[in-house]
Amino acid sequence: MDTALYSKRRRRNVITMALAYGATGFGLSWLVLILVVLLWEGFSGLSLSVFTEMTPPPGSAGGLLNPIAGSLIMTVIAVLIGTPLGILAGTYMAEYGRYDKLTMIVRFINDILLSAPSIVVGLFIYEVMVAQMGHFSGWAGAVSLAVIVIPVVVRTTEDMLTLVPDSLREAAASIGLPRSLMIQRVAYRAARAGMITGVLLAVARISGETAPLLFTALNNQFWSLNLNAPVSSLPVVIFQFALSPYKDWQKLAWTGALIITLAVLALSIVARILTAQRKTS
Amino acid sequence: MSVAAITVPTVTHSLSKDEELTEKISIKNLDFFYGDHRALQSVSVPLYRGKVTAFIGPSGCGKSTLLRILNRMYDLYPNQRATGHVTLDSANILSPSQDLNLLRAKVGMVFQKPTPFPMTIFENIAFGIRLYERLSKSELGDRVRHALERAALWDEVKGKLEANGLSLSGGQQQRLCIARTVAVRPEVILFDEPCSALDPISTAKIEELIDELKDDYTIAIVTHNMQQAARVSDFTAFMYLGELVEFGETTRIFTTPNDRRTQDYITGRFG
Repeated sequence: MDTALYSKRRRRNVITMALAYGATGFGLSWLVLILVVLLWEGFSGLSLSVFTEMTPPPGSAGGLLNPIAGSLIMTVIAVLIGTPLGILAGTYMAEYGRYDKLTMIVRFINDILLSAPSIVVGLFIYEVMVAQMGHFSGWAGAVSLAVIVIPVVVRTTEDMLTLVPDSLREAAASIGLPRSLMIQRVAYRAARAGMITGVLLAVARISGETAPLLFTALNNQFWSLNLNAPVSSLPVVIFQFALSPYKDWQKLAWTGALIITLAVLALSIVARILTAQRKTS
Repeated sequence: MSVAAITVPTVTHSLSKDEELTEKISIKNLDFFYGDHRALQSVSVPLYRGKVTAFIGPSGCGKSTLLRILNRMYDLYPNQRATGHVTLDSANILSPSQDLNLLRAKVGMVFQKPTPFPMTIFENIAFGIRLYERLSKSELGDRVRHALERAALWDEVKGKLEANGLSLSGGQQQRLCIARTVAVRPEVILFDEPCSALDPISTAKIEELIDELKDDYTIAIVTHNMQQAARVSDFTAFMYLGELVEFGETTRIFTTPNDRRTQDYITGRFG
């Protein structure tokens, strides 16, 4: 054995490993820093009143009830609109039109949509909904979030259905199962965990989106569940409060950021658990 | 070198001379194309009612392709087409008007890899039955039990019908798939190398099963294992490079093949 060659290889291995660890540590340290500051600043402002009181005028006490409610409502509506559309489109691409040209075109456009800056989505909905209706509204906010949900769900649905082996489809066909039933009863069941994960990831994605809401739902300082009027949302309130000169507003912005982060964390954990289940079953 | 000098699989079946054979499926001048590639070249072969017909030949000879035409499985994929005549009880199954789901309910298939559905053992069987029949709960239970008994799996799973089908061993999964196929009450069952992923004991069980099933079903089996072909089949078709080289009673094919290539293959000189 050539010991010189071997020790050279070992040295190179050590250097490469050190660089890899270093890069990982550098990246992670920022993430940890952000989380620590967020937890520090956010937890100190966390109290029951955050969940029971409205956003306050500067200088007085208040909470985040209206933006929390607004965010929840718009997120739910966005998911209700985006999920069926996304799943149906993904199903078409993976099952019915797997070999069609249309699928390739849709996949290409969907990928563009997936990485499109969300502010573009906001401007688009502003143009087609807000400008037409003449006022900002919760509906416009929900629809702009739905536009972000759709490509995520389309992509994960298609990917997860593509992972279902053809042998399972053939087995289903071999007992005379029509294609629609094969998809509903066999393919969806096999891909279920992954598809649910996709929807959860989409929820995580939109729960932090500010840009598409700025031009659509705008904001509302008061309690309002009227979706035909401007509706408050956590990201927009954080944006507004964080940039303000008022200390108590800044505090609430930190708390809001913490709430979103924890919610997304919880969703990610659920998604992880579901994905792990898929692998073991 | 004489054929007898080489180990030839022992054949367990032989037909009585006066037995009358009827063609359940009749294949005439069948060509098959994957895009431009012609995978089968004017194949003509019968599948006799109540008999087991084995298709043997080296990899890529078209035997699986042939099997997948009999239930139009190839229709799931683009750019694959068959021309010629394939009749099931004298109805042309290649006709575009053929209802594929009805055809596949009549012509069941068991695959190389066990493919249980991602559901309970009970549901794996009941699923196919419910597609075509409306049964009461107890009738359905009886049918599921009967199918599992038929596939020699009942004793092993009767206590855990609600367990996931994927939790069974490979051999059990394959018998579950056979039960699932039988439950739909097909007339023909196609086996596409059903034992190639199984251990010898599971293989023996499945071969035994095939032997029992042929009383009620017409069976076609593709296999790489010549001993298996000799053990389970009444008729054997040897295919090579997309052509049917020789077809005949298994006894004859394995003892006095007419074609040099058949003899070379069954004596293990190529393939």
